[in-house]
Amino acid sequence: MTVVRSTIPGGVTMEKLTEYKDAASYNNFYEFGTDKADPAQNAHTLKTTPWTVEVEGMVKKPGKIGLEDLVKLSAQEERIYRLRCVEGWSMVVPWVGYSMSHLINRVEPLGSAKFVEFVTLADKATMPYVGSRVLDWPYVEGLRMDEAMHPLTLLTFGMYGEVLPKQNGAPVRLVVPWKYGFKSGKSIVKIRFTDQMPKTAWNKAAANEYGFYSNVNPNVDHPRWSQATERRIGEDGLFAKKRKTLMFNGYEAQVGQLYAGMDLKKNY
Amino acid sequence: MVPARALLHPAAKPLVFVLSLLPFAWLFYAAFTDNLGANPAESLIRSTGDWTLRFLCITLAVTPLRVLANLPTLQRFRRMLGLFTFFYAVLHLLGYAVFDQGLDVAEIAKDIAKRPFILVGFSALVLLVPLAATSFNRAVKAMGVKRWQALHKAVYVIAPLAILHFFWMRAGKNDFAEVALYAAILGVLLGWRVWHKRRGAAPGRTATASR
Repeated sequence: MTVVRSTIPGGVTMEKLTEYKDAASYNNFYEFGTDKADPAQNAHTLKTTPWTVEVEGMVKKPGKIGLEDLVKLSAQEERIYRLRCVEGWSMVVPWVGYSMSHLINRVEPLGSAKFVEFVTLADKATMPYVGSRVLDWPYVEGLRMDEAMHPLTLLTFGMYGEVLPKQNGAPVRLVVPWKYGFKSGKSIVKIRFTDQMPKTAWNKAAANEYGFYSNVNPNVDHPRWSQATERRIGEDGLFAKKRKTLMFNGYEAQVGQLYAGMDLKKNY
Repeated sequence: MVPARALLHPAAKPLVFVLSLLPFAWLFYAAFTDNLGANPAESLIRSTGDWTLRFLCITLAVTPLRVLANLPTLQRFRRMLGLFTFFYAVLHLLGYAVFDQGLDVAEIAKDIAKRPFILVGFSALVLLVPLAATSFNRAVKAMGVKRWQALHKAVYVIAPLAILHFFWMRAGKNDFAEVALYAAILGVLLGWRVWHKRRGAAPGRTATASR
């Protein structure tokens, strides 16, 4: 992959990168197990070639796009983002991909499309936890159209200058850096344009804990724990103090206006 | 089956003591050699919680096993195992206080009051304190066996609280397989006691002595 460093505002944080081994071994990817170590152990069964992403719903140009074409649709950039998990830990990861907006512009959504739904792979043959009662499969995530069009929203194919490891959502995933990590669906197979707010996996599982927006917000606690602080993985060993969590994960200058006038306590 | 004689061997108690310390020794070693994975703090807190539940199960298994296998000498291990339950519970709380809350007492107090899942776990530990504090022979004597036994029935409250704490912790992941397993084990162990008593046999030493 030829990769250039991103120049968009907020695209490259100068913070210390999380070690690759941590980013590739401490994962939430429930299709491969609920323990953080499970995905790295189990995801080798995932078949990433051939791979197609289906575009459907309220678009002028629906259809199937093969991975080889999707990769070349726009220039790949390196983006170094903070990643804040809803569970209270964070990393700094150098992703490789391009703004989701490039794909959206290409398929020409209709004016009536208000949301984008991302459907991820649910293959019982290769994913041991698909069929378990942990979540309603397939794992579905969604964004409002303006969120999906924001330049920071990254359609992601790689990390640390390499192709995505399977446990990190190969061959193509989303990264939305100002939202809790679970909003960024892994191993995407379908992108659907709709006028209805998508019924997302975690929202369906526990609506009082996981809202549709799920923007990183230190002022709105999870019902079972505080969101005011976070543990940066790999930072200064066991006795390191937790960090203060930043509004919109530190991307307020870039994305704050998307939520102007909205009650973020209600729309959590 | 362990022969009753082995249970009376002078090395039996020290052996159980050392075995019970092994999880702690491993966690201590792993913490200092960076073998606890990407999030060592979380790993320590969860492991000590797991070991608290395991020792609670082991402790509560002593009496049923003693009666069912007719091994009265098993009884001599129960107090130590109970104290190890308390030991791992205290480590669990310390891990939370130090690694999750940075020993900020005001924050911890706020967290306990605000979050049912923390409150329930904390209550279970508080209820364990009088049991641990009265585990010495002199305490039993001073209290009298009847009152001592009545006090230690608090475990019928502690075990469900521990399970509820674990249940709420896992609720976000809808992942209840392990919770159900511990709940089933503790349910059987406590349920057996109730059943055994109802059957008319006194649950104390007299039950085995009368056979």
